[in-house]
Amino acid sequence: MADHRIETPVTDEVIEKLRAGDRIYITGYLYTGRDSAHKKLIDLVKEDKELPIDVKGQFIYYVGPTPARPGKPIGSAGPTTSYRMDSYAPTLHALGLKGTIGKGSRSEEVKEALKKHKAVYLAAVGGAGALISKSIVGAEVIAYPELGPEAIRKVQVEDFPCIVINDMYGGDLYEEGKKQYQK
Amino acid sequence: MKIISLAEVRNKIKDLVQKANFELQEDVLKVIKEMEEKEESPAGKAVFQQILENAQIARDEKLGLCQDTGLAVFFIELGEDVELKKDDGLGSLREAITEGTRAGYEEGFLRKSVVEDPIRRKNTGDNTPAYIHWELVPGDIFRLTFIAKGGGAENMSAVRMFAPAAGMEGVEDFVVETVDKGGSNPCPPIIVGVGVGGNFEYSTLLAKKSLLRRPLGTHNPDPFYADMEKRLLERINNLGIGPQGMGGRCTALAVHVESFPCHIASMPAAVNIECHSHRVLSFEL
Repeated sequence: MADHRIETPVTDEVIEKLRAGDRIYITGYLYTGRDSAHKKLIDLVKEDKELPIDVKGQFIYYVGPTPARPGKPIGSAGPTTSYRMDSYAPTLHALGLKGTIGKGSRSEEVKEALKKHKAVYLAAVGGAGALISKSIVGAEVIAYPELGPEAIRKVQVEDFPCIVINDMYGGDLYEEGKKQYQK
Repeated sequence: MKIISLAEVRNKIKDLVQKANFELQEDVLKVIKEMEEKEESPAGKAVFQQILENAQIARDEKLGLCQDTGLAVFFIELGEDVELKKDDGLGSLREAITEGTRAGYEEGFLRKSVVEDPIRRKNTGDNTPAYIHWELVPGDIFRLTFIAKGGGAENMSAVRMFAPAAGMEGVEDFVVETVDKGGSNPCPPIIVGVGVGGNFEYSTLLAKKSLLRRPLGTHNPDPFYADMEKRLLERINNLGIGPQGMGGRCTALAVHVESFPCHIASMPAAVNIECHSHRVLSFEL
């Protein structure tokens, strides 16, 4: 289990070094998006239209933050449950998305997409939204403001802490961790 | 006859929904600290420490403990001898609860997590409607309990209609299976609320009501169900899922079971899953 400091956007070489269980600290920009925003993005892909964000080399953070208090970039901002985005993720990985950040397990289709397109699935600590907001230094809504908490934001992060759950080699921290401690 | 002002109810709710979302209560913190000491997995221990650090920041800075500040769910016990005073333009108790919720979620910078239709999914923009369970009780009490219920854990809940022959083992296996299936999704360490008996809808309500029991982790006064709670907690914590699903000894902080009489043909059982960010507060007037 290694620690990595990475900057976005990332290349395949960065992804190749990451293994399930590693700790990652991300600096740079992340895009946020959850259920409704994903549905809109995938509808655009189906219609062969341009997306409001370029996902190439980027990470999408599954989050719907609380409103920011005055003078703060964002409110509480922990991860939401990722499986709800399972049907959308492979399409975005095919377009060059290098990782997603959420909590909870992914489908076999998503894990296969990670292998095929060299990408990773990371988890942040669910229910620690106040703590996590400390590593977000800037945020702006860049698409679908009408979705409120579900709008797509571009957030600037510094040493944003995550753990690799699924790497591009088939490693799965949830499965390995459970096996180790079950009685 | 006791007279209760609807404006007072609204104002108290406005403060209550914020306090619940900013301050993890002592009984919850106590169980988290006890479990942190017992946790053997280093990753699990680290999660517990982050949960505690998060609670401190949320309290100090009045930030949501979790970004999912929940559906606003209320349990109201209204005494038959209470008279409601319709003041400050409030025409009903429902209106007072709705207005208190709306004002509290706005003032506290809490997330608006309600869509007005399950299929068409447009956000209502103010976290209403509130979800209200009414109970008419004898006397002149007014008791209100609020739970901010996040969607991630709620989604891992389940109900099943058993034949009575399934017995205690059937119910216990169902609870463990439901938690196992939820895995890392509902933000473990979780709290497991179980309702046994009643009928289809009653069992789910019992399961949710069991989550309101304070202090967290105290047992059902019936030794039969207290034993069931202890057995279930041990079985669940032997699953190995651990904090945040990364492997460990603590998957659940507590199991609460509530029961109720049921039909001779039925044995309903419901499991309501709650995350570690357990936000329950009450007041009485």
